[in-house]
Amino acid sequence: MSEAFQVKSDPELWEKLGMDVARFSGMPPMLTQAYTNMFLSQKNRPAAMVYFDSMVENIHTGRIHEIMAVKESGKPVIGTFCVYVPEELIVAAGGVCVGLCGGAQGSIADAEKILPRNICPMVKSAFGFKVGKICPYFQAVDLVYGETTCDAKKKTWELLDHYVPTHVMEIPQMKRERDKKLWVEEVKDFKVAVDKISGTETSFKEIAGAITTINAKRAALQRLNSLRHHNPSPISGKDMLLIEQIAFYDEPVRFAQKVNELCNELELRITDGIAVAPASTPRIMVSGTPMALPNWKLHNIIETSGAVVVNEESCIGTRYYKDLIDEGSTTMDQQLERLTERYMKIDCSCFTPNEERITQVIKEYEESGAQGIIDYCLQFCHTYNIEAVKLREACEQRGIPFMAIESDYSPDDVGQLQTRVEAFIEQIKG
Amino acid sequence: MQIGIDLGSRTLKAVVWQNGAIIHHQVTESSFDPHRQALAFLGQHPAAHIVATGYGRHLLLQHTELDVITEIKAHALGARHLFPNCRTILDVGGQDSKVILLDELGRVKSFQMNDKCAAGTGRFLEMMAVSLGYDLEGFGRAAAETEVGAPINSMCAVFAESEVVSLKNRGVAPAAIARSVHLAVAGRLAAMVAKCGYGDHLVFSGGVANNTTLIALLEKELKVPVQVPPIPSIVGALGAALHGSRSLTQK
Repeated sequence: MSEAFQVKSDPELWEKLGMDVARFSGMPPMLTQAYTNMFLSQKNRPAAMVYFDSMVENIHTGRIHEIMAVKESGKPVIGTFCVYVPEELIVAAGGVCVGLCGGAQGSIADAEKILPRNICPMVKSAFGFKVGKICPYFQAVDLVYGETTCDAKKKTWELLDHYVPTHVMEIPQMKRERDKKLWVEEVKDFKVAVDKISGTETSFKEIAGAITTINAKRAALQRLNSLRHHNPSPISGKDMLLIEQIAFYDEPVRFAQKVNELCNELELRITDGIAVAPASTPRIMVSGTPMALPNWKLHNIIETSGAVVVNEESCIGTRYYKDLIDEGSTTMDQQLERLTERYMKIDCSCFTPNEERITQVIKEYEESGAQGIIDYCLQFCHTYNIEAVKLREACEQRGIPFMAIESDYSPDDVGQLQTRVEAFIEQIKG
Repeated sequence: MQIGIDLGSRTLKAVVWQNGAIIHHQVTESSFDPHRQALAFLGQHPAAHIVATGYGRHLLLQHTELDVITEIKAHALGARHLFPNCRTILDVGGQDSKVILLDELGRVKSFQMNDKCAAGTGRFLEMMAVSLGYDLEGFGRAAAETEVGAPINSMCAVFAESEVVSLKNRGVAPAAIARSVHLAVAGRLAAMVAKCGYGDHLVFSGGVANNTTLIALLEKELKVPVQVPPIPSIVGALGAALHGSRSLTQK
């Protein structure tokens, strides 16, 4: 590497965005240190990770400039918190769909001045980033896309709307025909909201193009995940998680290209037998709730305890890219219907019943060559927490080692988690 | 010679193992400098193969050459050695409580630990004892002296303390409150064991297993006999020493 890794600063830009610059100035050095310790210290990283390192260096600067350029050209910039977002419609309008900050402990105290303490850390963190004015992405968006996947989110949107316009879509919680009909209507409303920002109506052709773009992005991630399943692992779980996180804020065409370049390198690594850990390293799959950037807590504990993470069955993981949209539509109505069909395949635990998720977890366990599953549940996420009971049953029936963990962003349970993870690895080793 | 050393949150435990028997064991309160305390002890046995466990295991690893295993594995090995048919272990120490299930060969099949909270731990009992003016032994004895008392409602150490204070101020006898606290802890531990799907052959280890009142209440709650080692605090250290002797045989 020519220069030492450094997360960049741009106080002038942050000032323009109305951020709390004095406070935010502490963030880049902190992230630089955490990233250097957790990522750059890893041995034998693929060379193509350089691009993703640079995406972290530019997270508060370069990428924000790109997004602001799109915004200044009159195109929509929409912030999100979920995989249940028809981002194709935003891309079709020439806009930017960006996952917002919600993965850090630092903003939780801001949120707790207003929100109750006993709710999901991701919701609190996100809300705190906005009220504390310490997330450049939040400051850059035209509107926030909120959805009704859980109680904490849907009620927080009502409050968030005082700070930033928040468009709420109703996500059905069952998958019957009438639920799908409801969602097609919601998708159409969303399209109107997006088009209103740009002032033009997106065409059939533009939507077709956007579907192709996002399909290509998801396909690249599928390819990467399948290469990553090789034993010995050609890439670490931490690096994979990072890429899955960057998928939510990078420009989709460039991102897909860079992921494919990394895949080419991994193919060579597999042929040449280059790996990040020996084949005998215990292989762990993580399932459950999303890990929003910079939440690397569990992966870091697992991978510094002598195991490797080989799959993320998570919203920031396979749930985001496992399904593509059929590209053969001939009318816009058909496009929106097929888009809806794809989104109805998402196996979020907000659905009931949700047997397909259990099947999916087992399928990914088998495909990834994992030797055990750690189910990760953000505190107060009732739906994933309760669904872990069924996952445990399914794993016990098949003799799959399974451990459920409930945690938040604070560092105070790291010692406990480390003991649990180490004991789980001992259990796998037998 | 093998030494198993268990650096717990409240106490430091050590077992010296030679020719298939414990030749020395000790339990001391953790100081502010647990690794120095441990090193001072280890210095007395320079030739021994050392295996560390407990919360301080990694700290000790930074200062001397040794192997580390988790408390889960250590308790599994120790309990199984003392009770060869053991299939379930309830270990309650100063900072956490855990349930470990073993397969027929004694390997860890699954385990559960309490969350980051003092409920149902030794620390919880200690705080309640202090707020009632008992030492730990007296606390257990007082709870055994009476049949009066319903479980306290709160299992959060902070809220439970206010509950205890308000019971005191209502004129409830300290012994009855002591019993209420014991009932609540026994209920909590029994639920944890039941959730793990325990079978027979339950072994109760860790410092809290010195409390005979709690053992009796657990047996009543779970309706199975609870086996308790002669010195429950050293099961983890014993397991660590046994791990050392096993890995030697494998080498």
